[in-house]
Amino acid sequence: MNSRIACIASNTFREAVRDRVLYNLIAFALLLSGAAILVGQISIDIEKLVVINLGLTAVSLFGVVIAIFIGIGLVSKEIEKRTLYTVLSRPVRRWEFIVGKFFGLAGTLVVNAFFMAIGVFAALLYVAHRFSKPDAWVLVALYFIILQFLMICSLALLFSSFSSPLLSAVFAFSLFVIGTFSEDLRNFAAMATGFTRWLSTAAAYVVPNFSALNVISSVAHGQPVSASLIFYNTIYALLYSTMALCGGILIFQRRNLK
Amino acid sequence: MSSSRKVTVIVSLLLVASVAASVLSLRQIDQVRSTATLEEVLFVSSPKMLKRMSLGYDGLLADIYWTRAVQYFGGHHAARARHFDLLAPLLEITTTLDPHLVVAYQFGANFLAPKPPNGAGMPHAAEQLIQYGIRNNPDDWKLYYELGFVYYMDMKDYSRAADAFLRGSQVPNAHPFMKVIAAQMAQHAGDTEMARALWMTTYQTTQDKQIRGNAIAHLRALQVTEEVDALQEVVAQYGRRTGVLPRSMHDLVTAGLLRAIPSDPTGRPYILGRDGRVLVQVPDDIPFLEKGVPPGYQPPQPKNLEKLGN
Repeated sequence: MNSRIACIASNTFREAVRDRVLYNLIAFALLLSGAAILVGQISIDIEKLVVINLGLTAVSLFGVVIAIFIGIGLVSKEIEKRTLYTVLSRPVRRWEFIVGKFFGLAGTLVVNAFFMAIGVFAALLYVAHRFSKPDAWVLVALYFIILQFLMICSLALLFSSFSSPLLSAVFAFSLFVIGTFSEDLRNFAAMATGFTRWLSTAAAYVVPNFSALNVISSVAHGQPVSASLIFYNTIYALLYSTMALCGGILIFQRRNLK
Repeated sequence: MSSSRKVTVIVSLLLVASVAASVLSLRQIDQVRSTATLEEVLFVSSPKMLKRMSLGYDGLLADIYWTRAVQYFGGHHAARARHFDLLAPLLEITTTLDPHLVVAYQFGANFLAPKPPNGAGMPHAAEQLIQYGIRNNPDDWKLYYELGFVYYMDMKDYSRAADAFLRGSQVPNAHPFMKVIAAQMAQHAGDTEMARALWMTTYQTTQDKQIRGNAIAHLRALQVTEEVDALQEVVAQYGRRTGVLPRSMHDLVTAGLLRAIPSDPTGRPYILGRDGRVLVQVPDDIPFLEKGVPPGYQPPQPKNLEKLGN
């Protein structure tokens, strides 16, 4: 990686840590340990399921919220504080700034997810007393959640490159919700005809497909995830993130910062 | 004391006082409000709508709904309710959100099928629930077992029970006892022996203490049924021989019809009622009794089943 991108990425990471983003880990630890102890007492036979479902859902939702709320301010905050001008007056290109910000935020989320994953496995060990082979699929679900973060980071940056933080948050969150319904959207497109079909098919392919990345429920039951799904999800998430990032760079390149 | 320190102390005291006061006021509110209005509501009753609203996190939502179903049944069961209106919808939502949550079919059917106060008295809803479970988990033999159990115990439909056990015995990795039950069903349908075999299988195939305790309690009740039937026959024999009813169990021993006074599963000797009826001494200690109890006996809520299952 280009040293300027690495420098911006490490500064973005440090800024997020300074903003006490990792404090969410405390809330996560409390949530998971509370659930692990409580569920055994108020429900029947689902302690392990709850730890996996709740743990992975929390990893995903906490990460999505962090990705959106930090991602939307990455560019606009720099403009507001006028620090962007200092950065761009140095030999840093605009695209390097966007890419650096992306890697910084993605790094923050990966570190956050790593600590949460340790928490999930610790809680799993507490309720089940030992690990079993199917528990390894939880790692695949975590990997898919990280892919989801990459897509959301790139979308938040795309919106941040041209819009206000509030509108960027609305756009990013709306796309996250729509993305969970993308399979329905594709089904609607298949039922439509003529111009509507063309339009809805285009919309179905433009919005991110988050439903394919959500395997939480199946890994909670110890069901395996196929290697082809892992491969295609990886390719898709990387391509989609690149696409959104390119959109953000193009807009930011042409943006008048005066 | 500096002024800032003074403010800190006063505000801290105020904080503690307001926390305590809010807890007290909330307890008052709980007493004033009817719990029924809080519980008997499903804000979103469509399982499909809930699945959509879960944004893909349907596994966690299913766990929450399953816990809610357990709490709903437990609360109503403890209150000896006759109606469990929300139980079937809660279970439907749970299993639509997560069709592979086998525990919800197994225990849910046990909540739905038995007559009140032991269950909701809805065996047809239990049957539908397990059929849905089998459609989504065709390789899980436990679901066929539960289906056969509901047909046998709660619907007394022995031919369909036999069919369910037979189908279950053909599933890969099915418990070997499934084949035995399926084979015995044709000959012994309706016998105490068959019921004993079913409860034994339930006991052997679960790790849950509550379910094991429930199975043991039913096995003990079946033992009492068999023993009371046998003793009642001895009492009748005494009556035929002497022309009068025995006054106590000792009379049966003295007459040489019994070697000793037999004891119930709690270790207490059986006793005779004035009408010659064989009774257990403390029926409240043996849940699910069908025989050995005085006429009009109202059984209490079964207690400490979990202890039995240890």
